[in-house]
Amino acid sequence: MAEGLIVRSLRDGSLPGEHAPALCLEDSLTPPLASHSHAVFRHLLTSLLSTGTGTAVVLVAFHRSPSFYLSLLSPTFHNSIRLLDCYSDPLAWKSNHHPPPSSHSPQNITLLTNLNHLPHFLSSILHLAKDFGAQGHDRVTVAIDSVTHMLRHAPLPSVLQLLTNLRCHEKISSLFWLIHTDLHEPKVISSFEYISTMIASLQPIVQLPDYANANISASITSLEENYSKAKFNVRLKRRNGRVKLLCEELLIEQGSVKFSSVPSVSSVVAQNLIPKVQFNIQLSDKERMDRANVVLPFEHQGNGQNIEIYDGRRSLSESQKDPSSIKIGGLSEQKRSNNNKSEKGEIHYIRDSDDEQPDSDEDPDDDLDI
Amino acid sequence: MAEVGDLLAEAMGHSLPVGKVVLVGDCVETSGAFVLHLLLKRCLSLDSSFAVFVALSHPFSHYDRVLRKMGCNLSVQKKNGKLHFLELLDFSARSKENSVDDGFCKLYNEIRKAVETARSKDTKASCVYIMIDDISLLEIAADGSENDVLNFLHYCSTLTSEMDCLLIILNHEDVYSSEEAPRLLAHLQHLSDIEIRAAPLNTGLAADVHGQLTVINKGLLNDDRRSGRRIWNFQFKVKENSVEFFYPGSQH
Repeated sequence: MAEGLIVRSLRDGSLPGEHAPALCLEDSLTPPLASHSHAVFRHLLTSLLSTGTGTAVVLVAFHRSPSFYLSLLSPTFHNSIRLLDCYSDPLAWKSNHHPPPSSHSPQNITLLTNLNHLPHFLSSILHLAKDFGAQGHDRVTVAIDSVTHMLRHAPLPSVLQLLTNLRCHEKISSLFWLIHTDLHEPKVISSFEYISTMIASLQPIVQLPDYANANISASITSLEENYSKAKFNVRLKRRNGRVKLLCEELLIEQGSVKFSSVPSVSSVVAQNLIPKVQFNIQLSDKERMDRANVVLPFEHQGNGQNIEIYDGRRSLSESQKDPSSIKIGGLSEQKRSNNNKSEKGEIHYIRDSDDEQPDSDEDPDDDLDI
Repeated sequence: MAEVGDLLAEAMGHSLPVGKVVLVGDCVETSGAFVLHLLLKRCLSLDSSFAVFVALSHPFSHYDRVLRKMGCNLSVQKKNGKLHFLELLDFSARSKENSVDDGFCKLYNEIRKAVETARSKDTKASCVYIMIDDISLLEIAADGSENDVLNFLHYCSTLTSEMDCLLIILNHEDVYSSEEAPRLLAHLQHLSDIEIRAAPLNTGLAADVHGQLTVINKGLLNDDRRSGRRIWNFQFKVKENSVEFFYPGSQH
């Protein structure tokens, strides 16, 4: 589900007048999350290209050679991807000594040799995006593997401004990047999280105390398990400011990445974890029935009976005299309906205003910034 | 083909790994230099192979003496054009004419040229190794500029994909302060595909066992390793002319 939401958000792009959605994919060296994050990055790449909605991708390659990424993709997708090669010769060490022949690179690979000059870097990306626009692709996603490499050549504010400029540009419909959290200070990671609309992070399935100093021989089994699985945590920011958190399990198998929901074993485990104490914290059958019979202060009880509520804006006498009123209820009706029931406390819900939808599932405390 | 040692060869993949970066880490208590010697011997023992050795730590005579005891004559290999040895004991990337960046650029292009020459002579060379001993001295050569060292290593790693080479780097993990170590070491670990770490035994010194070796073979998505195993941990004993690898308790 998390992966689907991410791909859908990147594929759909932004509404007019809004910045493009951006995914920040985080990893660390806790083994072997770094390789998992690259696997997730490549999986998102192929998922976007295979949606068949005209999505095109401009991939900024720092970590691996462009030919490596192309080898992972089906040849049918090669026309939908353009690679900005920041891997082969980012500082022009090669081209200054051995200028490559003009027809050296394939058509969908553009070599960048002056990574220190960010404006040229930005214009190179936009140029590739505009090329796609000319070919009829109305959605262009920019993927960067990874911004950690960018930060070695440019200061943080410049990189953040570049990403923001990409998000603002009309040709860019979405953006996602990879960052290694253990190579930067926390404030750097936070800066990238602020400008992103989705944050995906990986955590090991088995937490080990200290990778560098752990007793490797005793923890090999746990390390091997971490190589095949990981926790995939996703934080989605909605337009209204609410945050949705998702946690799934990532399975790494030969040549593929699979996402699965966290197994329900946790609920069984939770039951087994109930502490054995002297006090009775379980409910008896009678107590369960009594709890089920409690009338909740909602307008609609879902039991087929007429809605009976007390509308505090009308006097009780008026509501009783008006037979056309749907809202028959009043305190007297409420009491009569409860006559057959045992004498218990009553809960009267008074609607605040007409604007309030009946039986709204929204939490009234939702607007609190806790 | 002379095997490096069954367990180490098994951990790195019985077929010669190409296009990868190998990081060998050690510490004061347990030197990992023997891994470099073994891998160099493994490379040069093949009929069709080539090695570029960037030596900042010891002179050629040191490696020649060590490998000769292991049955490999470096002088002959060098003479036959199978070994390009760069002795850089006093190497400093910065000079009167060059900045640190220019100095590393020149070193990289010298390595690249050597590999290109070897490939042009024998395009079917099955084994091309680029070995660097060691990173801490590269940092000194760079006047402490971590970024320049990483730029140089990045360019060397591009040779692994362009020229089907294997890049092997030795790094002393305990020579950094607590603040500096995490960043550079973390960069190196992100860069590497195979990590080989030599460490002392958890129980302390022993006469028959010199340390333990941990090999982490990260692999790639399209790796066809059938076993799926990625982590090995075994012990070793460095002998005069070879190295023994064995699991705890199984030494002969």
